[in-house]
Amino acid sequence: MAGVHVSTTINGDPVEFVCQPGEVLLDVLRNRIGLTGAKEGCGTGDCGACSVTVDGRLVCACLVLGAEVEGRSVTTVEGLASGGELHPLQRKFIEHAALQCGICTPGFLVAAKALLDRNASPSEEEIRYALAGNLCRCTGYDKIVRAVQAAASELATDATRKSGKASGSKSGRKSTKKQVA
Amino acid sequence: MSHDASFTNQKFKVIGTRVPRPDGIDKVTGRARYGADATAPGQLVGMILRSPHAHADIRKIDTSAAEALPGVKAVITSADLPDKVGGRRDMLDILENCMARGRALYDGHAVAAVAAIDAETAKRALKLIKVDYKPLAHVTDVDEAMRDDAPIVQPWVRTAGGDPNKPTNVAQISQFGHGDLDAGFAEADVIIERSYKTEQTHQGYIEPHACLASVGPDGQGELWVTTQGHYTFRTQCAALLGMEVAKLKVTSSEIGGGFGGKTHVWMEPVALALSRKANRPVKLVLTREETFRGTGPTCSTSIDIKIGARRDGRITAALATLRYQDGAFPGIWGMLGAMTAWACYDLPNVKSVAYDVLVNRPKVAAYRAPSAPMAAFAVESTVDLVARELGMDPVDFRLLNAAKEGTRASYGPTYGPIGIGPTLEAVKNHPQMKVKLGPNQGRGMACGFWFNFGGQTCSTVNIGVDGTVNVSVGTVDVGGSRASLSLIAAEELGVPYESVKCTVADTATLGHNDTTEGSRGTFSSGMAIIFACRNAVQELRARAAKMMDVPVEDVHWENGQAVALGTQHSNLQPLTLAQIARKSPQTGGPIAGHNEVVADGAGVSFASHICDVEVDPETGQTRVLRYAVIQDAGKAIHPDYVEGQFQGAAAQGIGWALNEEYIYGKDGRLQNPGFLDYRIPVCSDLPFIDTQILEIPNPGHPYGIRGVGETSIVPPLAAIGNAVSNAVGVRMTHVPMSPPRILGAIKAAR
Amino acid sequence: MKYEAPTSTKDAVALLAKNKGSAYVLAGGSDLLVRLKGGFIEPDLIVDIKRIGAMQEIKKTASGFRIGAAVPCVAMGESQALNKAWPGVVEAAKLIGSDQVQGRCTVTGNLCNASPAADSVPALVTARAKAVVVGPKGRRTVAVEKIPAGPGRTTLTKGELIEAITLPAPKPKTGDAYLRFTPRTEMDIAVCSAAVSVTLGKGGVVEEARVALGAVAPTVVLVPAAAKAIIGTKLDAAALDALAAACRAACSPIDDKRGTVEFRTDVAGVLAKRAAKVAYQRAGGK
Repeated sequence: MAGVHVSTTINGDPVEFVCQPGEVLLDVLRNRIGLTGAKEGCGTGDCGACSVTVDGRLVCACLVLGAEVEGRSVTTVEGLASGGELHPLQRKFIEHAALQCGICTPGFLVAAKALLDRNASPSEEEIRYALAGNLCRCTGYDKIVRAVQAAASELATDATRKSGKASGSKSGRKSTKKQVA
Repeated sequence: MSHDASFTNQKFKVIGTRVPRPDGIDKVTGRARYGADATAPGQLVGMILRSPHAHADIRKIDTSAAEALPGVKAVITSADLPDKVGGRRDMLDILENCMARGRALYDGHAVAAVAAIDAETAKRALKLIKVDYKPLAHVTDVDEAMRDDAPIVQPWVRTAGGDPNKPTNVAQISQFGHGDLDAGFAEADVIIERSYKTEQTHQGYIEPHACLASVGPDGQGELWVTTQGHYTFRTQCAALLGMEVAKLKVTSSEIGGGFGGKTHVWMEPVALALSRKANRPVKLVLTREETFRGTGPTCSTSIDIKIGARRDGRITAALATLRYQDGAFPGIWGMLGAMTAWACYDLPNVKSVAYDVLVNRPKVAAYRAPSAPMAAFAVESTVDLVARELGMDPVDFRLLNAAKEGTRASYGPTYGPIGIGPTLEAVKNHPQMKVKLGPNQGRGMACGFWFNFGGQTCSTVNIGVDGTVNVSVGTVDVGGSRASLSLIAAEELGVPYESVKCTVADTATLGHNDTTEGSRGTFSSGMAIIFACRNAVQELRARAAKMMDVPVEDVHWENGQAVALGTQHSNLQPLTLAQIARKSPQTGGPIAGHNEVVADGAGVSFASHICDVEVDPETGQTRVLRYAVIQDAGKAIHPDYVEGQFQGAAAQGIGWALNEEYIYGKDGRLQNPGFLDYRIPVCSDLPFIDTQILEIPNPGHPYGIRGVGETSIVPPLAAIGNAVSNAVGVRMTHVPMSPPRILGAIKAAR
Repeated sequence: MKYEAPTSTKDAVALLAKNKGSAYVLAGGSDLLVRLKGGFIEPDLIVDIKRIGAMQEIKKTASGFRIGAAVPCVAMGESQALNKAWPGVVEAAKLIGSDQVQGRCTVTGNLCNASPAADSVPALVTARAKAVVVGPKGRRTVAVEKIPAGPGRTTLTKGELIEAITLPAPKPKTGDAYLRFTPRTEMDIAVCSAAVSVTLGKGGVVEEARVALGAVAPTVVLVPAAAKAIIGTKLDAAALDALAAACRAACSPIDDKRGTVEFRTDVAGVLAKRAAKVAYQRAGGK
């Protein structure tokens, strides 16, 4: 069986690897790249523990072949924090005790970020449906939903403040609104 | 040094605060290492071949083709796992569950295993193993397994006290109770009798079992494993493989959920045997399908309940007959069901009889308050029926009959201060009880009990020269206990929470610790840490006395500092822990405290839940609208994680009540071994789960702690059963109350 | 096993046609990779069609819409024009799996997987969707209901693949809807399902209708008798009951882990009624 050579970008870094044609991205990340943040809970796309984004689209890494990410851009949980600064979602998950065992946490964070990237102020129902592909067996989801709500509201406040600083409060309100829509 | 474990009602400084957990950043950045996240140089991939038959003789296993495949480094069968336990039945059962010995006892039973250089090769090798099966008649239903003509699962099993010559599937009959049942029922104005069934469920932890095993020819080994009890794993693996306990070091990885399912070994002895044969490290990670087919679900049950009560609302007699299936190996699950069934109530005449029954299903393992939810479903459903028959409010009826301090529990002991009454009072006052219900909606409530456990515990506290503190514990952190245990150390020593670092130590570092089960983690390690800290404080006082040049008797420990008491010392400044620690190299070396304890005195705990549902009368689909958990925690060390336990337990119970079940075909094979068709609740299935923590101190713990992890999985089956029954006007008696069962019940009643 | 990612339909067809062993087309992979992982298939060749430009887009055409075979369902939800024209088709496509699966799965894959429980297929059928099939002998266009032959089997021949699904522009006053029954709110396979499309005439009377059911027979079934039951009505109670009865009569499901014959048959009728009401409303009926 001939290996497939793949050049791709992972968490902003150029990466090359050789994988088997039938090898899934999850196994590539975990076994070849050493990024074990994405977890295998099921291997069949039913638990979301291996959530990553490929070119910005949220996917299960267990349902993507390694060979498919040639020339794409992959983001994993390891790519959420920027330097020493945690993403607000990461901070809020800790502050709100939104994890117990933590095995589902990487997947939830990646999925929640994908949600907030497209909908900055989701309702409780929108959060619950957007995260329905991520199973958690410890928390009953209560504190996870609250952490996502808290992160969304912090991000919205930041956005207001930033845009307010940049271009005055009036246009700042406008741009926040635009982001919400 | 021995210490007094009695509750002292001290005033707390940091206990009860909501501090960030110490492992938080590792877990939100993906760097926490779980069972499948470790690697070792030269590691092989292990895989297991499993029986496709529910029950079959294994006539022959031919491994030659697999062994000949390039890249295969070891193939093992039960021949490689000989009896090293001198025929001890309980250990042999564990070994036989790890690898079939001449007979496959359930669909998914391991029959052989390989270790190869990569997953592809291992997969191909599994396909090359030829197993000659002779299928046998099988039985998977608990009631069918008790029939005289049922296929026999274990030919050696006899019912204790029964016919010594008659093979049976009834491994054990247990009985509890007191009083005169006949007299009690004779006194009753109302008698209700009902039968119930509950289907088998799985703990459903998101992390499948995984380990990395390494054994050398010198008999030394290491095991990295996701487990609730690495000390127990060490004892069991060493015994099964004929190794010396001290030479097997077991490290517990971060654990991705256990809920009882990771309390004893499954494939770890297999991984060790593969490693020993190949003389290379072997990583063995189960798939989700293997986790469902081959590891610990809880029992399915069949239960009969009979309750008699007087018009004034007092229960006069109560009888439960409980049949629990244990899978293919004898367990104590029926017994636990019998012990917990009536524990919430103060009953003059009570009896429960339980049957532990073998079937051709996977060996049953503990699942959060094991056996109690099913018994509670049957009892609490019937309690509602009696209240209705008497025209009483179900909460008032329960309050009238609730156990209290001094009540003789149905399973024997007499209760100390307990929380069932207060949780029921809290239900009465809960705002949810006043929310008006709409059409097709129903409200239900139910109570639950769990014993909690203490057990063998061993902890060490080491004071660093900079005044920071290392705490080593042997209980596994399944849901944030390192935060709680750090709080306890901080409280005892009077240092900031942030200066405590709590580590789950490997088996080479501490003495034996019992498995983290029975909600014992914070209770028992908390107790050991308190005592270890108090030992360290003795040493700190001695060092301070040396530094101050005063008698040690004059030095007291207050607010994290040594204070010399007495007017003659009034010129002496107190010494902080950090100041004493800094001087420790000169005053006698490292400062540490240690404690070993059998943590007796685990306080029982009670919960009452309220649930509102809406049922679609045309499809039988149930939506949980509102849910409230009220539970006694004794003392909530870290309220966030106490609430988390309440919510998580309730969510598991809701899943069990509504949709989760093992579905077996007529062929005895499990049909839904995956998260698609084994339906645990998803985020959009649940509402926010309201929690109320009651604190009725446990007299058997210095801080009053009771275990909190399990009790709240007990009430949901019944709470939802009562709510659904109230919504549709038909009594539901079969869990899960899946849409077809609800719709069927509605139609049958028309 | 070989993995190929051709950049044209022609190349994809050539790869499939000349391959001697078992070959599979990879679109979203949400079914294929599960089967691969489970060892149910051992392909010699996987042809990834996501590098083929023409298969990546949703195009508004003169006659309606053309949805490329590699378009993930999430992109269908993002197309406002498609949502406006065929809300039932979009809501069906958006029910397949989680957001994660949505980012990958395609309606073409859903169709070719040939599961009787496929969520998007009943809605495609009622919308009169067609599949553009390309093979060694050229192109052909067939009604989507002709693609599945039975559970896991299609009528595609060796070397053929679907390049796109086309949808007509809806007639004025047309509405469609899809409903499925699952025990959970998400992450489930339909136990049974129903799609209804209606076009209204004067006074809100149903002039045209199509009704299709999922998971109640070996393939998705179009139920003309159910359509007939509501044509000429304003969806009064009697018409809806007749619709449900016709649907139930068309069911020939099996008992399995996901549902019983009785439950599927019964609930199919309930869903058809409810879907009809939604479709009617979307068509402008009151």
